[in-house]
Amino acid sequence: MGLLSKKDAVLLTDPLADNNPITIQVLGICSALAITAELKASIVMAVSVLFVLGLGNVVISLMRNIIPSKIRIIVQLIVVATLVIIVDLVLKAFAYELSKTLSVFVGLIITNCIIMGRFEAFALANGPWRSFLDGIGNAVGYGVILIAVGFFRELLGSGTLLGFAVLGDPIEKTGLYAIGYENNGFMLLSPMALIVVGILIWIQRSRNTALIEEN
Amino acid sequence: MSVKDNLHNLKEKYKGTKMAPAFNAIHTFLYLPNEVTHGGTHIKAADDLKRTMNIVIVALIPCLIFGMFNAGYQHYAAIDGSLRTDVLANFFTFDNLWIGIIKVLPLVIVSYGVGLLVEFIFAVIKGHEVEEGYLVTGMLVPLIVPVDTPLWMLSVAVVFGVIIGKEVFGGTGMNILNPALTIRAFLFFAYPTWMSGDKVWVYDAVNMSEADAISGETMLGYYAKASQDLTIKGTNGAADLVTTYGDRANELYSTFDKFMGFIPGSVGETSTFLILIGAAILIFTKIASWRIILSAFVGAAVMGLIFNQVVAADIITESSKFYGLMSTVWWEHLTIGGLAFGAVFMATDPVTGSQTNKGKWIYGFLIGFISIMIRVFNPAYPEGVFLAILLMNVFAPTIDHYVVQGNIKKRLNRTKVKTA
Repeated sequence: MGLLSKKDAVLLTDPLADNNPITIQVLGICSALAITAELKASIVMAVSVLFVLGLGNVVISLMRNIIPSKIRIIVQLIVVATLVIIVDLVLKAFAYELSKTLSVFVGLIITNCIIMGRFEAFALANGPWRSFLDGIGNAVGYGVILIAVGFFRELLGSGTLLGFAVLGDPIEKTGLYAIGYENNGFMLLSPMALIVVGILIWIQRSRNTALIEEN
Repeated sequence: MSVKDNLHNLKEKYKGTKMAPAFNAIHTFLYLPNEVTHGGTHIKAADDLKRTMNIVIVALIPCLIFGMFNAGYQHYAAIDGSLRTDVLANFFTFDNLWIGIIKVLPLVIVSYGVGLLVEFIFAVIKGHEVEEGYLVTGMLVPLIVPVDTPLWMLSVAVVFGVIIGKEVFGGTGMNILNPALTIRAFLFFAYPTWMSGDKVWVYDAVNMSEADAISGETMLGYYAKASQDLTIKGTNGAADLVTTYGDRANELYSTFDKFMGFIPGSVGETSTFLILIGAAILIFTKIASWRIILSAFVGAAVMGLIFNQVVAADIITESSKFYGLMSTVWWEHLTIGGLAFGAVFMATDPVTGSQTNKGKWIYGFLIGFISIMIRVFNPAYPEGVFLAILLMNVFAPTIDHYVVQGNIKKRLNRTKVKTA
C-alpha cells in the first residue's frame, strides 16, 4: 500500500478481523440485535455509523487539545448528536420508509458504545488523519458483522435479500418452497441475532486460537 | 474372531488418530469394553452413563409404542368418529400401527441419525470420546413433536439443539438447557404454523374436510376456547351441530380417554398412565428424582386450584379469554397436555435440574406452577410446560446456590451458639 504507511494500514485492517468491535470487543451489540432482521436496514445502519464515526473521530481529534478533560464526554456527545441528526434528516428526506423501520435506532447511534469508545480511546490521543482511518476501520468492522448477520437473518427468516424473493414465493409455492421448504420465523426474533453473532465469534476464535483467553 | 474382538483390534490400530472416538463409541455402545482401570482405588458400580441412559430409554418405550398406535387411531377416528365409541377395540389394530410405522418411526430414525452424526463430528473434531448424552435426547425429541412434523424441519432443529444447546457449552453434562426442549423450542419459534393450531396433531388433518378436522384439536386447544360456539357441518344432509368447544371436548373424550392418552397431541406425551409407569421405573432405579416429579405435580395442582378459585369467586367471567382454561378442573390439568411428560422425563434431567434436595422441591414446584400459568395466560398456544422447564433450567443453579448458602449459614450459626 503506497498510500498508507504500515502503521496506518493496521488502523484500517485490525478492526476488520482481530480487533473487531462486535466479535472481539463485544460493543454495539444492541443495534446488531435490533435492526439486522433485514439486510437493507443493516446496510443503512452500517453506512450511517461509518459516516458518524469517520467524521466524528476527525472532529474530536481536531479539538482534542482544547477540550477540557472534565467536560469531554459532553463535548463528545454534542459532536455525535449533531452528526446523528444530520444522518436522521438525510434518511427522512431521501428514504422515509426505511427511516421508519430504523425508527429510534438511528437516534440511538448516539449511545452506540463503539463511537464513544473510539473517541475516548483513540481520537483524543491521535491526529486527525490517523483518527479518520481508525474511525473508518472500526465502522467497517462493525458494518461487516451487521451485514453478515442481516444477510443470514433475512435469507433464512424471510427468504428474501434486500426485499427480492431469492428463494421463490412462499405463498405461490415456487422455487425452494415447492419442495416443502419453510421460512424460519425464529431468525426474525432478536435472540437469533445473538446466536448468529455468537456463531461468528465461535468461527473467528476457532480460526485464530490466539484470541481465546486463558482461564 | 468375534465382532467384539474385531472392534477392539480396530480401536488399538487407530488409537490416537482422528477417527478413534468413532470406533470407541460403537464399541462401548454395543459391548462392555475390554479395558479395565489400572491403579488407584476405585468404586465398582453396575451403572455407568450408558446404563443410566438405557434405563430412561426403556421407560420411554411404552410411550413410543403407544404413540405409534395413537397416531393411527387419531387419524382414523378423525375420519370416522364412530371409532371413538369403543376405544379399546379400535386402538390396538394393525392399521393404526402401520400409520405409526410410516409416520413416527421416521421421526425417531431422523432424530437419532442426525443427532448422533453431529455428536460424532464433534467428537472427531475435538478429539474426545463420543458421549452418550444424545441417546435419551434422541428418543425424547420424536415424542414431543406433532406427528406431521416434516423430517427436514426436525433435522434442522436437532442440529441447532445439539450444537447450540449442548456442544457449545462443552458437551454432555455441561449444558445449561435441556437439549430436547431446546429442539422443541426452536421448532416452536421457527415454524409456529407446524407446531400449533388444530391441523398438525393428527396425521393428514390438513387434507381432511373442515367437519372432521375439528377433532384434530388438542385438549388444551379445546379448553382454551371452551365457551366459544362451534358449528360442525352436518354430513349426508344431517342438520348442523351447534355446540361449544368445551361441550364438544367432553363429548369426544372421557376422563378415562384423557388419562390413558386416547387424545390428539404430540406423539408420545398423551398417555399420562404410561408416563406414570415410566416414572415408576425411573424412581425405582433411582435415576429420576421423585422430589422433582412430585413437586411439579403439586405445583401444577396448586396453580390450577388458584385459578379455579378465581373463577369460583366470579373475578373472571365467561367473556374473558382466560376463562376456558382457568375454569378447567385442577386435576384435569394434570392429565392433559405435556405436563406429565415434562415433569417425569424432562424436568428430572440430572444435568439441567437442581442438585440439592431442597432445591429440587423448589425447582419442581415452580415448573408445575409456571406451566399452568403459561397455559392459561397464553391461549394462542396453551402449552407452557417446555417453556417453564427451560426457564427453571436457567434458574436451577441459582436455587442451588441459595440452598447451599443457607445451609452454610445455618451451620455457622450452630457453631456460634456452641462456642458462645
